[in-house]
Amino acid sequence: METFLQQMVNGLTLGAVYALIALGYTMVYGIIQLINFAHGEIFAAGGYIGVITLSFLQSRGVLEAHPTLGLVLAFALAMVYCAFLAVALERMAYRPLRDASRLSLLLSALGMSIFFSNGMMLCQGVYDKAYPIQLYSTGQFTVGGAVVSYIQVYIFVGALILMIGLNLFVNRTRLGKAMRATAQDKVMSALLGINANRTITITFVIGSVLAAAAGVMVGLYYGSVRFDMGFIPGIKAFAAAVLGGIGNLTGAVLGGMIIGMVEVFAAGYLASEYKDVFAFIILILVLYFRPTGIMGEQVDDTRV
Amino acid sequence: MLKVEEIHTYYDHIHALKGVSLEIREGEIVCLIGSNGAGKSTTLMTISGVLHPARGRVLFDGQDIAHRPADRIVGLGICQVPEGRRILPRLSVADNLEMGAFLRRDREGIRQDLEKVYELFPVLAERRRQQGGTLSGGEQQMLAIGRALMGRPRLLLLDEPSLGLAPIVVEKIFGIIQQINRDGTTILLVEQNANLALGVSDRAYVLETGRVTLSGPSRELAHDERVRKAYLGEQ
Repeated sequence: METFLQQMVNGLTLGAVYALIALGYTMVYGIIQLINFAHGEIFAAGGYIGVITLSFLQSRGVLEAHPTLGLVLAFALAMVYCAFLAVALERMAYRPLRDASRLSLLLSALGMSIFFSNGMMLCQGVYDKAYPIQLYSTGQFTVGGAVVSYIQVYIFVGALILMIGLNLFVNRTRLGKAMRATAQDKVMSALLGINANRTITITFVIGSVLAAAAGVMVGLYYGSVRFDMGFIPGIKAFAAAVLGGIGNLTGAVLGGMIIGMVEVFAAGYLASEYKDVFAFIILILVLYFRPTGIMGEQVDDTRV
Repeated sequence: MLKVEEIHTYYDHIHALKGVSLEIREGEIVCLIGSNGAGKSTTLMTISGVLHPARGRVLFDGQDIAHRPADRIVGLGICQVPEGRRILPRLSVADNLEMGAFLRRDREGIRQDLEKVYELFPVLAERRRQQGGTLSGGEQQMLAIGRALMGRPRLLLLDEPSLGLAPIVVEKIFGIIQQINRDGTTILLVEQNANLALGVSDRAYVLETGRVTLSGPSRELAHDERVRKAYLGEQ
């Protein structure tokens, strides 16, 4: 029972992170029908900006005095940086191919993924960069025998706040509605005065801001980042988006949570060496038996 | 108000419009009739800027808008109710209407227009929280017209508003179209139902395979031998 609860806590944490990344995949797919393979690298870039910010503050001795401020700054800078990165990515690699075949677009995305990952390797080196987490990894408490660290609470609550914010944006604001309108019918949206390019840029920015936050969270959780850290979580989050029904926001969150849970439980009860395999098994099963995913066929207002 | 001069538009490599010219004056209802594939919708899409002519000009208030993108033409006051209505299916009725006013910033004016639309189509008010895709064909047509009105158009382009609707609904919608016109909106109406279109419009153009073959006051065209044979089903 204790292990079960413990796995549950770990699964929720990991699932929240996958859900944040999966949202970016699903939003971009919803609006331009592209699997943005460079999304995992944007997540990794977020992790790097986080470690750079925190290490810099630590070296200046500011971090010890203001740990919360440092954390806020790390998240904020990572989000802003990744937003710009995404705008550049969309402008240079995707917009010129707006009228090209979807395969060209997909290849461009794959190319950008490799480009970004190698770029990070060149700039930041091939070795792990350690997060200065001693300040944050101390606190913990116990619930029914399961140990919950503060950092897990922060990650889960942080992810929840971002998701609620996204939900409000998409359903309540004029721009959020315009984004859904563009995803549903580009010609009609243009006839209403909605600029598709601008809406698409906003979609990329939001997806990347969420991925950046996830990157910093993962850095804090595991204590380090690496240039290729975007690859595996990127594909797992992609699997999560497909599992939930690609294009569907609720589906992406659900898919992320399921993939996170399955991975943690499988690692705990079956074999931890195979933990990366389960996301792919799920992906294959979903594609084989229900390619539209869990929420894919419902006419549901949470779809973009 | 709007002057289309000799436009040639290609649609997927098809030479769809081969030099179409037409003119709409402030306050008129002008209709464009013709059979399937004559180029009626292409004409509207070219005016709206979704398609751009290879040659020719589209003058609105004297300025050439032929090469402006669609999302900037709306701002000039040209709104379209496109063929097939194109309701945003996963947006609520209220959100569909709100998107109709996307470019406007006058909150008070938007609120007033929303009330007007709900007054014009009470059924939309009843269904304001429902998703657009769940409405019936007639309700969707009302929503599409209401959505276009939310943009406060000076020129309203209507593409086949009668298509697929029960006669009683068609009658109601055409009554409302005339009322919109009386309230000061100029209308360009595309219809396959020539009888109906000639009945409500001031002037008409007949389009055949991308060319205007006839034009004149609707009352005269309704009595024209060729129109009666080709479009009013007389032998």
